Amino acid sequence: MIGLSHYLTVAAILFTIGVFGIVVNRKNVILILMSIELILLAVNINLVAFSAFLHDVAGQIFAMFVLTVAAAEAAVGLAVLVTFFRNRGDIAVDDASMMKG
Amino acid sequence: MALQAIAFYLMAAVTLIAGLSVILAKHPVHSVLFLITAFFSAAGLFVLMGAEFLAMLLIVVYVGAVAVLFLFVVMMLDVDFSALRRGFAQYLPIGLVVAGVLAAEMVMVAVSVATTGAASANAVPAASGPDVSNVVTIGSVLYTDYVYVFQGAGLVLLVAMIGAIVLTLRHKPGVKRQNIGAQVGRTPKTGMRIVQIQSGAGVEEEATR
Repeated sequence: MIGLSHYLTVAAILFTIGVFGIVVNRKNVILILMSIELILLAVNINLVAFSAFLHDVAGQIFAMFVLTVAAAEAAVGLAVLVTFFRNRGDIAVDDASMMKG
Repeated sequence: MALQAIAFYLMAAVTLIAGLSVILAKHPVHSVLFLITAFFSAAGLFVLMGAEFLAMLLIVVYVGAVAVLFLFVVMMLDVDFSALRRGFAQYLPIGLVVAGVLAAEMVMVAVSVATTGAASANAVPAASGPDVSNVVTIGSVLYTDYVYVFQGAGLVLLVAMIGAIVLTLRHKPGVKRQNIGAQVGRTPKTGMRIVQIQSGAGVEEEATR
């Protein structure tokens, strides 16, 4: 019988994969953005699982807003990436210091 | 129920393997394709939980828009991706430690919440009532209780769209563009010049406006 814990475990492992991806691919912005998408997908699985097993639809509404913000974040992130690439000719972010931060 | 278990384990395994392949793939195009696979099987998990509308939304928004956007950018940028992977082995041990600790903690919390929390009373997932579809349930809540948040989400998308356009727009100097205002504003007085030509002298060429 597939219960809540199964879904939560899948989401937890997917979240961990996303964090692991950010740690090991910290030079490549494209992969960092994709890892963030994986993390948000894990969050969505969590929200939908709780929504389904608590018999409350609010979790799915919230997952929808997470989806919206994720789409907006991907669009703006990729736009920043394109601008960054135009200015530097490279997307290595570990030595990005143009803003002197 | 056995069929449901098989479907769950299949889609969960595909999601996790594809997710792992996203971060380990040699080329980012492969990463994007694995990301699409992960989203598809996660949509399958959503269907198993009874959230059909969100599953379709996931496919339309992520596979149809976000993944294609990623694919577009990855293919458009001419980047030496092997150089970007150089620090991979260096960060691998610390990454494995962080990931292991995080996974252990989160799985423990998840299992304890699932077995003793408020959700443990309901063994069967039900995203909506017995005779109401998932779409009707979501719609009746989204457009009443959450209508302002819904409008706010629309605003977020608008701001993101404007931001992305402003960030990537660039005006190249020296590009000839159509100036409709100038075209429409032309009158015979400004567009035409009457000259008296002396026989045999010719007409001076005037630079076009």
